[in-house]
Amino acid sequence: MFTLTRVEEAMTKGTERERTTGEEPSAGGRPERESRETVGTVTVENPRMVCRGVNVFYGDKQAIRNVSIDIGRNEVLAMIGPSGCGKSTFIRCLNRMNDTIEGCRVTGEILLDGVNIYDRKVDVVPLRAQVGMVFQKPNPFPKSVYENVAYGPRIHGLARDRTELDRIVETALRKAGLWEEVKDRLNEPGTGLSGGQQQRLCIARTIAVNPEIILMDEPCSALDPIATSVIEDLIFELRTQYSICIVTHSMQQAARVSQRTAYFHLGDLIEVGPTERIFTNPRHPLTQDYITGRFG
Amino acid sequence: MSPIVLLGVLLLLSAAAYHVGRRKAFAMAGAGGRAVRLHSRPTYHGALVALWCALPALLLFGLWLSFENAIVTRMVLERLPESLRSQPPDRLNLLVNDIRNIAAGHFDAAAAEPAIREAAAAYQRLRGLSRQALSAAVIALAALVAVFVRRRLRPSLRARNHVEGILTALLVACSTIAIFTTLGIVLSVVYEAVLFFRIIPFWEFLFGLNWSPQMAIRADQVGASGAFGAVPVFLGTALISAIAMTVAVPIGLMSAIYLSEYAGKTFRSIAKPLIEILAGIPTVVYGFFAALTVAPFVRDLGAVFGLGVASESALAAGVVMGIMIIPFVCSLSDDFINAVPQALRDGAYSLGATRSETIRRVILPAALPGIMGGILLAVSRAIGETMIVVMAAGLAANLTVNPLKAVTTVTVQIVTLLIGDQEFDSPKTLAAFALGLVLFVVTLVLNVIALYIVRRYREQYE
Repeated sequence: MFTLTRVEEAMTKGTERERTTGEEPSAGGRPERESRETVGTVTVENPRMVCRGVNVFYGDKQAIRNVSIDIGRNEVLAMIGPSGCGKSTFIRCLNRMNDTIEGCRVTGEILLDGVNIYDRKVDVVPLRAQVGMVFQKPNPFPKSVYENVAYGPRIHGLARDRTELDRIVETALRKAGLWEEVKDRLNEPGTGLSGGQQQRLCIARTIAVNPEIILMDEPCSALDPIATSVIEDLIFELRTQYSICIVTHSMQQAARVSQRTAYFHLGDLIEVGPTERIFTNPRHPLTQDYITGRFG
Repeated sequence: MSPIVLLGVLLLLSAAAYHVGRRKAFAMAGAGGRAVRLHSRPTYHGALVALWCALPALLLFGLWLSFENAIVTRMVLERLPESLRSQPPDRLNLLVNDIRNIAAGHFDAAAAEPAIREAAAAYQRLRGLSRQALSAAVIALAALVAVFVRRRLRPSLRARNHVEGILTALLVACSTIAIFTTLGIVLSVVYEAVLFFRIIPFWEFLFGLNWSPQMAIRADQVGASGAFGAVPVFLGTALISAIAMTVAVPIGLMSAIYLSEYAGKTFRSIAKPLIEILAGIPTVVYGFFAALTVAPFVRDLGAVFGLGVASESALAAGVVMGIMIIPFVCSLSDDFINAVPQALRDGAYSLGATRSETIRRVILPAALPGIMGGILLAVSRAIGETMIVVMAAGLAANLTVNPLKAVTTVTVQIVTLLIGDQEFDSPKTLAAFALGLVLFVVTLVLNVIALYIVRRYREQYE
């Protein structure tokens, strides 16, 4: 509850925002190690997505406790934390992918452009078209490269004829940096590509639906360093058109691709701030432990 | 000593041999107050002695018993007077049977001829002698081998490896039994079928359009055409299987889709076992359900529309067979749909696909090879199914694809050809084996294709 008050405070007193984000810690110095309130500023100017007091339960077990955070426009927000800290669970709330898990319950508010996505009136199908997702393991459909990308535009009726569909597919593949590699084998199965290419194919597939936000759940953890760096470059470019939310285990990756970083610990959002500050000057002792590699 | 008692004695002997071997191993290990390192543990030494004690004796026992009868019979026959011995073989067989029956005390010996009575006494005496000799030989062999092997025990003996080698050989022997049984069945069917094809040409059987397997016993017999064209019979099987699949595939597949993609946990946990109960109903029960309930219903329904439906219509038998196969199709399809990785579903959902779009465009195409394999397995079951069609399908081999007419199937014909009095050299009886052989080949090919597809599919996601 206290977190929420802080957040509201921060939201209403726009002028004081600088004080909390800035170098100066709030009165009282460093937070206690036991403290579970979010440190740093969770809000951004003109946010695309606003989460307030989000709790997630799997049956009786609470996986996420009272998380509040904003996702800005054209920014990459990285979520880091030790295994089982709830970062994947949280990111899956943002396009209601958790709906498919039995016994999963979400409370709190998640607003996309001012509309609560958990509202009864909201249909998940257009929501997921707006908030796309890329998964840890590349999961191309067992179809051709072309059909993989064309799948989304087809079901949403984005193309009137074949030429338009061709154009959408080509644009998406170009944006995903895959066009040059696959333009001669669009009709070969998507599962025949290399791991890194498959993951970029999945990104192209997501882009083809023209989403506003792209969620990435450890998109590089199954890839080798070269494929990883290609995808990281891609994320950096995509930032200019989309909001990107990425869960990662690699702190180097978070540091390379993101503008803001959120640190999760056992279901709590511990600290949020500009990536550079989180990595150079973490305020919460738990963040500090994780960044310096004391655990996790 | 009767063979059973002898086996018991052999068991006791080998138990004793085990202890003797083990004791010697312990003695070797502790000999002279200093521990000697044994290659194998004492129990393995014991087991080695016991196995060597039992196995050669058992082999002798089996061989002796399998040849005893023939040898004793021949010895008895040689003592018979020339007049009895020079009969034709089939009469001689009857004579041997008489002798054995008298020896076993089934007949009153007083009523028989003196020569035969004498032969029976000789038979009894010789067999008694043989049994005594067998007991002595088996026990002696067991004891001798056990003593010999016990002497050969050394600390360095690789007893464990020997024992394991013997046990492996036993396991191999067991596992080949199933293979040899299959081979035996195939060979016996092939043998009889070849006899049939010597009388009726193979091509006439395979492509003949007329099936009427009545052979004339007398030259002037009426209604004995003796036509062996299997096409109408196989067409009947194909027709009934096709009707069955038309019923089973849509219902089974759709219930599988509902169960795996839409149904809640509780519904699924109740519905799935209930569907599988269908598979547990004996086919004979399906049979009278088809004959007494469905067939009259189909006939009455046909009458409403002004259609003449045979009371043993292919439709009734096919529909009931389809119902029988539903759980088969449903549970296989359900397995394959569940085997489609969750990642693919997530991928489709995250693009904003609805549930039905995900199922139609992603899950079903991905599961299709497996489902096809499952359907082929179901087809081969439908083709081989016997009881339902025996009770509900007709006997007349009509060359028709009209489901309202009565047709007959391969399995029905095999049953009717082999029921009742028959001679095993008549083409009528042998035709059953020819039909069985072709049926076997068809289902074998279907199964091989289905298993190939299913295996290919499993590899894709594992």
